[in-house]
Amino acid sequence: MVGSIAAIGMGLAVIGAGIGIGNVGAKAMEAIARQPEAVGDIRSNMILMAALVEGAALIAIVVAFLVA
Amino acid sequence: MQLRTFLTTILILTAGAVFADHGDDHKSSDQTQTHQQNGHDHNHDHDTSHDHGEEGHGDAHHDDCGGHHGDTFDPGATAFHHIADANVYSIGPLQIPLPCILYNKESGFDIFMSSKFGFDRLGHGDGHYAYKGYVLDGGTVKLVADANFPKEKVEIKGIRHDEDANAYVCLGDNEYPTYAKSTADFGLFGGGITPFYDFSITKNVVSMFIVFMFCLWLFLKVARAYKDRQGKAPKGVQSLIEPVFLFIQDEVCKPFLGDKYMRYQPFIMSLFFFILGLNLFGQIPFFGGSNVTGNLAFTCVLAIFAFLVTNLSGNKHYWEHIFWMPGVPAWVKTILTPVEVLGVFIKPLTLMLRLFANITAGHMVIIIFVSLIFIFSQNGANAIGGWGTVIPSGLLSLFMMSIELLVAFIQAFVFAILTASYIGAAIEDHHHEEAH
Repeated sequence: MVGSIAAIGMGLAVIGAGIGIGNVGAKAMEAIARQPEAVGDIRSNMILMAALVEGAALIAIVVAFLVA
Repeated sequence: MQLRTFLTTILILTAGAVFADHGDDHKSSDQTQTHQQNGHDHNHDHDTSHDHGEEGHGDAHHDDCGGHHGDTFDPGATAFHHIADANVYSIGPLQIPLPCILYNKESGFDIFMSSKFGFDRLGHGDGHYAYKGYVLDGGTVKLVADANFPKEKVEIKGIRHDEDANAYVCLGDNEYPTYAKSTADFGLFGGGITPFYDFSITKNVVSMFIVFMFCLWLFLKVARAYKDRQGKAPKGVQSLIEPVFLFIQDEVCKPFLGDKYMRYQPFIMSLFFFILGLNLFGQIPFFGGSNVTGNLAFTCVLAIFAFLVTNLSGNKHYWEHIFWMPGVPAWVKTILTPVEVLGVFIKPLTLMLRLFANITAGHMVIIIFVSLIFIFSQNGANAIGGWGTVIPSGLLSLFMMSIELLVAFIQAFVFAILTASYIGAAIEDHHHEEAH
């Protein structure tokens, strides 16, 4: 029972991270389309931002592991 | 293209071989040569009966002490078993013994080869002997929890697992419980604080040595080439390393670390190439399948290094911004300071978890895709289901493996770029007029 609740919580956290990473990706694509010459800078910043947003989901994974 | 064809072929062939092997219980034990990692759960039962001659073929599957899980196939347990560290190194079906360095309070340090457990060379890594109170269960050393258990080398009947994955050693008519395996993953994978400690040269450590030696050899070779061929165009492996090295230098080190980038570049580069090497090494099918970068203890050590380098090189501005953020009202500082202090520890924590979670998830998904064969064949009962799933499952695994190649690069890059940005934030010179 506790395991399933942990799984639901983890799912909710992943929704948040998914929306966040989706936004990062969408805006980066827009920026690249507007300024194709800045693609290198945009790409590395996009990966950095996506990695930071992912942090929230990772903490959820750990909580799910610990509780389950 | 040739490589891809080769991988497809080998995957389908081995999956077929496993299936064909356990579909027929009455073949000779030589037949077990064809089974390999993905199928051992099924083969194990008749392995033990062949070697001991204690059980008939017919009821081998119902023997509590012989097999792992009896008749049912448990993909979750299979996946966790394969991403875990082990005291044997498996290349395909071949199990190679590794040195064990074990410690417990009663008998102190014990150093011996894991071949003392007498596991099958072409098997699953289950020891047929107990040695000094230790047993080998699915490639992992465990300590028997009963003080009456004999300390010398004794032959055991087998190891039984109950519903909660606790292992019991069968010796004579008795069953002895065992302690959980000793791991440094904070108990996430069924290990944790145990009465014994396993400092062995495990599969992961061997993989780490291999990758380390390979990196050393490669980079010394490239470095020598730069010395010998000064002023000439790069040649051979130089042309492979140089663009990657320059990419990390230009995209990671220079933008984040500023003018002093040369001071931290060796650290960032070591992190990047070591993680990349281990990620790629773990992707080689049937060659150990080691999951080093998907091991919490390993990523924890990397994160500790990143933490130490960041905080030891932090300047006055860095600490000021953590403990007494300039330019904000005093009551905000009471909220901001605890958050910033927590952030110091959360940063390496997420570094550790990101790498671990990404690589582990990749390995697990591939194993689950291969497990589809055994799920659909109902563990050997349904031949059509099994053979029918071999090709889709092979293709899915292949697809996942190509994604994992990408992830191997991205995660190494992300670890490097984040470490660089944390260090960069710690050594940055602040201009207060502009910043606030």
